[in-house]
Amino acid sequence: MTTFFTSRLFFVSLALVVIAATLPLYVSGYVLGLLTVAFYFGVFAMAWDLLFGFAGEVNFGPTFLIGVGAYTAGILNNQFGWSVYLCIVLGALASVVAGLVLALPALRVRGPYFGLTTLVAVLMLQNFIVVFADLTGGEIGLTIPDVISINAGANYWIALGFMTISAAILYGLSQSPVGLVLQASGQDPVQAGALGFNIVKHKLAAFIVSAFFSGLSGALLVFYFGTASVGTVVDVAVGVNVIVSAVLGGRRTVLGAALGAIFLIVAGEFLRPTGELATFIVSAVALLVVLFFPGGFLGAALSREARS
Amino acid sequence: MRAFQILIDGFAISALYALGATGFTLIFGVSGVLNLSHGAIMVAAAVAAWAAASILGVGTYAGALIGVAVALVTAFATYFAVVKPIQDSRRIPNEEKEIFVLTGTLLWGIMIQELIAYFFTNNAKTVLPIVEGVVDILGVRTPRNEIFTAIVCCLVIALLWLLVNRTRTGKAVLAASMNPRGVTLLGLELTNIYIVVWAIYGILAGIAGVLLGMFLGVSSYSVGPLTASAFSIVVLGGLGSVSGSLIAAFVVGYLETLTAYLVSPAYRTIPALLLLVFVMYIRPQGLLGRR
Repeated sequence: MTTFFTSRLFFVSLALVVIAATLPLYVSGYVLGLLTVAFYFGVFAMAWDLLFGFAGEVNFGPTFLIGVGAYTAGILNNQFGWSVYLCIVLGALASVVAGLVLALPALRVRGPYFGLTTLVAVLMLQNFIVVFADLTGGEIGLTIPDVISINAGANYWIALGFMTISAAILYGLSQSPVGLVLQASGQDPVQAGALGFNIVKHKLAAFIVSAFFSGLSGALLVFYFGTASVGTVVDVAVGVNVIVSAVLGGRRTVLGAALGAIFLIVAGEFLRPTGELATFIVSAVALLVVLFFPGGFLGAALSREARS
Repeated sequence: MRAFQILIDGFAISALYALGATGFTLIFGVSGVLNLSHGAIMVAAAVAAWAAASILGVGTYAGALIGVAVALVTAFATYFAVVKPIQDSRRIPNEEKEIFVLTGTLLWGIMIQELIAYFFTNNAKTVLPIVEGVVDILGVRTPRNEIFTAIVCCLVIALLWLLVNRTRTGKAVLAASMNPRGVTLLGLELTNIYIVVWAIYGILAGIAGVLLGMFLGVSSYSVGPLTASAFSIVVLGGLGSVSGSLIAAFVVGYLETLTAYLVSPAYRTIPALLLLVFVMYIRPQGLLGRR
């Protein structure tokens, strides 16, 4: 851990955050809005990487955790008018509870079966949102009366601060003894278990941490958008973006996942002039990275540093 | 009367699900690949059949053939451009190849979906049916197309069964699914077997896609749900077990039809999903899966 504070990665990250923090002084509100969303997505991707990259479990349902957090916060605000911050905290807690409910059966199975169980959770949540349209706004989406702030700069700083703190905690956790046990259990569960570590307990903890950050980020995103809809927080396509971000940025790096998410969202925006082909190009680039740089952006950069 | 209608409709949809899932489970059984571009390949076949028949005007039969051919080509492209490079890659550790294949085929599927949306818009397309009209079976008015779909599905599955169990190639495929290393020791090239399996898969997915396009219609939005439904059926039946996925297809097909008729079409998919979670909980390896 102490070596991290003297490493190049730490100084690069610090410099990036400082530069990012000055952006509202000279860029347009449009760019800030784009980056705000990208930062919340960065947290989704980092939380996902903690579970996949380290515990080796392919969670196809990041949007289940995100969606539960987002919709709980949104519905509480919409129905009872509770304060934004209370709703955000309760949203994150709901996501932790939902994560527990999902993890208990899901962690009994591995590999594709785990993937499917988490995918089914997303499909169920979608169905419930449509069926209980009175409460959730159904396919049209849920309108949120309150927002955190209407100032683009303030929103941007909140998102940046949130992402930085989340990154510090998640990265710290990944480098801690707990993270190492997770990594070992991802690579060889039998041997890790034979060494006396309770793998299930560690994975459950990873799932809960992942759920907490996903839910918190989802709730914050809802109060930024002022609306919650299946398409923005629950859809399988959103989950695909989260997974692609983490793989693009470099799995098992946590910080890379955030880079991947920012890249994905900014690239999508740059490609907007290409119209409907934007998603095609982003997917093609992602596929090329998967095929030729399987370590992702940060993975490739780190291995080059290690070599030199 | 209604019971009979549920019986007929449920059979047709189940047979279609079974055909769609069979190829998917075959590839997994033989090479351990979960192909998440499955839905995209089915939709590509249906859209090609639709475009050939409706835009080029080649007729329904030629259109259907073109649809299947497009699926075959796309399946080969999936194998050679995405799956094989990942399997052969030295930079990806072996234990992570599965997740890379999942991510790679997922991205590939999205690329196909976006191309379809770009060239043919997101609108739903219904392939011109090969047989038209309606027949009366014991008082239930049934489209001939629905009966045709069910018959073709059953025939193709029966043919596949014969191919796998009664031919030399089929036996090699079967052997590869049980012990890939043993097959190479017998002097058979594993890659050749995989190519045969992907060819069979492409044809199965193509037929299923074209039939689906005639029966219910497809759009580029169908890609995700089609992949998800094949994935759930295959896991419910037990990954790699062809007979398991046949049973699972009929369970899911009838459960959905029953729900749609007796409760409400809005709840159509929910009971099947609940059943899936329940089975995962008590029998994680699926109905006929081996661990």
